[in-house]
Amino acid sequence: MNIVVCIKQVPDTTEIKINPVTGTLIRDGVPSIINPDDKAGLELALRMKDQFGAHITVITMGPPQADNALREALAMGVDDAIHLTDRKFAGADTLATSHALAGALRNLSCDLIITGRQAIDGDTAQVGPQIAEHLDIAQVSYLRKLDYDGKGTFTIERTVEDGYEILETEAPCLVTVLSDAYPSRYMTVKGIMEAYAKEVKVWGFNEIEVKEEVLGLKGSPTKVHKAFSRGVKAAGELYELDTDEAVGTIISKLKEKFII
Amino acid sequence: MNFHLTKEQTLFEQMIKGFAEKEVKPLAAEVDELERFPEETVEKMARVGLLGIPVPAELGGAGGNNVMYAQAVEELSVACATTGVIVSAHTSLCIAPILESGTPEQKKKYLPRLASGEWLGAFGLTEPNAGTDASAQQTTAVEDGDNYIINGSKIFITNAEYAHVYIIFAMTDKSQGVKGITAFIIEKGTPGFTFGKKEKKMGIRGSATSELIFENCIIPKENMLGKVGKGFGIAMKTLDGGRIGIAAQALGIAQGALNETVKYIKERKQFGKPLSAFQNTQFQIADMQTRISAARLLVRSAAFKKDQGEKYSADAAMAKLYAAEVAMDVASKAIQLHGGYGYTREYPVERMLRDAKITEIYEGTSEVQKMVIAANLLK
Repeated sequence: MNIVVCIKQVPDTTEIKINPVTGTLIRDGVPSIINPDDKAGLELALRMKDQFGAHITVITMGPPQADNALREALAMGVDDAIHLTDRKFAGADTLATSHALAGALRNLSCDLIITGRQAIDGDTAQVGPQIAEHLDIAQVSYLRKLDYDGKGTFTIERTVEDGYEILETEAPCLVTVLSDAYPSRYMTVKGIMEAYAKEVKVWGFNEIEVKEEVLGLKGSPTKVHKAFSRGVKAAGELYELDTDEAVGTIISKLKEKFII
Repeated sequence: MNFHLTKEQTLFEQMIKGFAEKEVKPLAAEVDELERFPEETVEKMARVGLLGIPVPAELGGAGGNNVMYAQAVEELSVACATTGVIVSAHTSLCIAPILESGTPEQKKKYLPRLASGEWLGAFGLTEPNAGTDASAQQTTAVEDGDNYIINGSKIFITNAEYAHVYIIFAMTDKSQGVKGITAFIIEKGTPGFTFGKKEKKMGIRGSATSELIFENCIIPKENMLGKVGKGFGIAMKTLDGGRIGIAAQALGIAQGALNETVKYIKERKQFGKPLSAFQNTQFQIADMQTRISAARLLVRSAAFKKDQGEKYSADAAMAKLYAAEVAMDVASKAIQLHGGYGYTREYPVERMLRDAKITEIYEGTSEVQKMVIAANLLK
């Protein structure tokens, strides 16, 4: 089985600060990490490899320093790494990113494509599903568990608001994984020593077949209007009432605040 | 001149910091309080390759280097000095002499199992009457056909009954003095080899420290490490390397105590402001950090020289002498800055001071380090 895991290098938001004047992230001195949902995706792939045998390729799109994230994945046990980087990809929103990644994935043979649910720096949860749409393959988002029958059928538990669904799908398909679904393993010392001896394939615009106008800033319809820190909310009030009483309470609260 | 870690060492630093924080730190207080050997941590360390860092890949190790080994012992000791010394004794005192003095057969037999963590290693030189004067060995090894028969005892042996392979020194010819000492590889379970008293210690209380007893213990000649009469040289060379490990442990203890202190002084308020706002506190942590950074340069420089195949004996002695002093000083200051809370077991700094003391004693006391450093100057 060929598995491809798409990862993103993100600033560690637990250590990030926001510039109070401009409202933008202060990235200086903030360590970069593999996005937590993506790391769970790597772990899922590695467990599939341990159990069924698989060839795992990890791919990322990003600036030169994203190489570190690929080396970390290699040190955890993936087989191959591809770094998608080109000035023509710069300034990409989720749509342009997914076009570039889908272009790279078309060059590869994949039975299972794994992405994280969403990145902690953008929180959009769009890239994975968009890739599946571009490739016209089945997708299951918010994966919390995956079973494989060894013959091409995946049984997947997908988290929904008040529980989970059990779905079955055939390869090839794309799944987006939740960070707590598969707590990731550590890099091994041997893996670290070997990670830099392996080749990371660097692919640019010329290595993928995608029209230039859908890539980078040009291919990005999203425009950031404003970035700001979320204010601190006061603790809410909790009422346990039957429906009629609850409706009455809500109406009176809304009136109290002059909303209705 | 280049003071930067290599790419591999940088990636390793990221891994070992995460491992120590998540897997080692949560157990540190319990392991100390209950004097419990952290077997589960040893298993986890084995899985990620921390028990065979400088062993070449073809012998089942990680193919890393001594700088990485020092990073590992440091970061483990930031969280828990007990865990740091388990790795240090295993790697420096058992793996290293086999790697450096073993026959190809001995390397093939022992190193893959030691590096994978299937077996833990230990080292027995110290005896009741042979401490700093290690040449006064009373354990004897008498030749008997294809074997040696060993009698005697070793004390204060780290990893004790949790180890499987022991590097043991014994007198094969008393008339020759230090030239009559020979090293042997002895496995647990060999008839005549038993364990004596378990020590109750001030610090590193989770590490197992026991007496080893040999009564007519028959060891085949193929288990001799190095040549007859060359044991003392092997012991001294082994301890040179071991001092890098213990220096890294001391450094880790100091860094751990400073980390706890920085966290505490930002939270603790007296006279209406956090302790960190007082200049005396700031000057204290500035001194602590400066000395820790200096110790780290000494430790890394000694490890780097070992990796380069250069002489590093005096460098390792200076690193251990200084890092141990820094560990004592920083841990003591850390308690002072924590005030009364620092003296209780609610906070980890009191454990750190108890753990720090041993780094001035084992694998050569601070006085022995000064002898080594001075001898290097006067030769």
